[in-house]
Amino acid sequence: MHALLDVSGLQKVYEGSGRRVEAVRDLTFTVDTGELVCLVGPSGCGKTTLLKCMGGLLTPTSGEVLLEGRKVNGPPPGMALVFQEYGRSLFPWMRVGENVELPLKQKNMSRTQRRELVRDALESVGLADAAGAYPWQLSGGMQQRVAIARALAYEPQVLLMDEPFAAVDAQTRADLEDLVRGLWRERGITILFVTHDIDEAVYLGERVIVLSASPTVVQEQLKVDLPDERDQLHTRVAPRFAELRTHVYEQIQAAKRGEAEPGSPARSVT
Amino acid sequence: MRRVLLRAAFVIALPVLLVAGWWVTSDDSTDVYWPPLRTILETFPDVWTGERLKDDVLPSVLRLTGGYALAAVVGVALGTVIGSYRRVRAVCEPVLEFLRAVPPPVLVPVIMLFAGIGDTMKVTVIASGCVWPILLNTVEGVRAVDPVMTETARSYGITGTTRLRSLVLRSASPQIFAGLRQALSIGIILMVISEMFAASNGLGFTIVQFQRGFAIPDMWTGILVLGLLGFLLSVVFQLVERRVLGWYHGLRASSRRSP
Repeated sequence: MHALLDVSGLQKVYEGSGRRVEAVRDLTFTVDTGELVCLVGPSGCGKTTLLKCMGGLLTPTSGEVLLEGRKVNGPPPGMALVFQEYGRSLFPWMRVGENVELPLKQKNMSRTQRRELVRDALESVGLADAAGAYPWQLSGGMQQRVAIARALAYEPQVLLMDEPFAAVDAQTRADLEDLVRGLWRERGITILFVTHDIDEAVYLGERVIVLSASPTVVQEQLKVDLPDERDQLHTRVAPRFAELRTHVYEQIQAAKRGEAEPGSPARSVT
Repeated sequence: MRRVLLRAAFVIALPVLLVAGWWVTSDDSTDVYWPPLRTILETFPDVWTGERLKDDVLPSVLRLTGGYALAAVVGVALGTVIGSYRRVRAVCEPVLEFLRAVPPPVLVPVIMLFAGIGDTMKVTVIASGCVWPILLNTVEGVRAVDPVMTETARSYGITGTTRLRSLVLRSASPQIFAGLRQALSIGIILMVISEMFAASNGLGFTIVQFQRGFAIPDMWTGILVLGLLGFLLSVVFQLVERRVLGWYHGLRASSRRSP
């Protein structure tokens, strides 16, 4: 039995103009079907590099990424990415509906099937009425919802999200976090969520993987034993939430100082 | 309603002023080469009859359309290839800079040697002049495709012609249209010039004939027709551009509102 996503010994070194930058040193972790895992690490710790390697957009220097036991060489059809820069990821010359539909045209499906998927995806992000609008007519938060709908309609096995809410305001961000958790619970999709925000990682994740500073290794893996039912008001003031976030915070501070605690297995904090 | 009228007034004001100025200053002119506007306008309907439109204006417009369309297809196609591959660009760039710097009218005698003096020559001359702004702008537009959009397309497996049609060409379309606009005015100039060299009909030919026959007011009417033709083409161009680039103008307007 494979894990759905298996990252082992991943290393990425950028070489260019006489400089050699080791962005990611040695990353090993797995994500199982139906999990919502958050990757959190200090800024500039190579999170985006890691995600691009997983999404098949970058070739790792060594190590490998397996999706359902198959090695990722290029962008695999079972993955969808949501980028941080929503404004540059949606095509401004297409209406919202067309943006969501475009990736589906590469798949073998009828027009009616496509339309159905688009409608369903837009509905589940609360934008059923916006199909005919252009992305730039929408607010930032709504644009990111469109990007999420596009990923949902694609029906990926894994949804990779690269700091998707870093560029929206705090209130929109809270709404979008609840949207992601809601979609995860309703649809049972597998989500790997990358963020630099500790609170967001603990609030969203079933499991949090703390990364060290660059060159990156896994600092710690942590199970979030908060109840499934979470809401912005109560979860964030729960004592357990505070403990978890304090712990992650300490880990990240330690990571910045370079006190690695390498290869620690998944465990609960007590 | 009042706002529409006001806008119309703004648009018309300057042309009316200029025509009135021309009318007044030329009214008592006795200079043969500088006839009163009144005379020119009186001559106009006699010169530009339906037959003349068919025999002279239509061939000119057809040559222009042919050359321009050829330049658009070749320019966009080559520009997309050159813009997409760094290696091709490195090889082609010096040559392109050289060819672009050659003034197109100078090619007329050369092209005449190969293509004769028929329509092929004129279409070739127009196309060879129009192609540069389209080509170079397409190269720039294709190069400037947003890397985040490129990665989005890659991660969703959008490749081949779908990628070309729904990402690369659409993203480059504002620059392509800028090139097409420049090419349009170059095309009109070359249409006239090529017809002045060797032709038996066409606007350029007719105007030169009038001038050589000392039919000066007739010559002036030809110039007016050329101006009107250019104006009409630019209006058509704007209509098409507004339709195709509606998203671009909307996007720019919305990013001005919220930077």
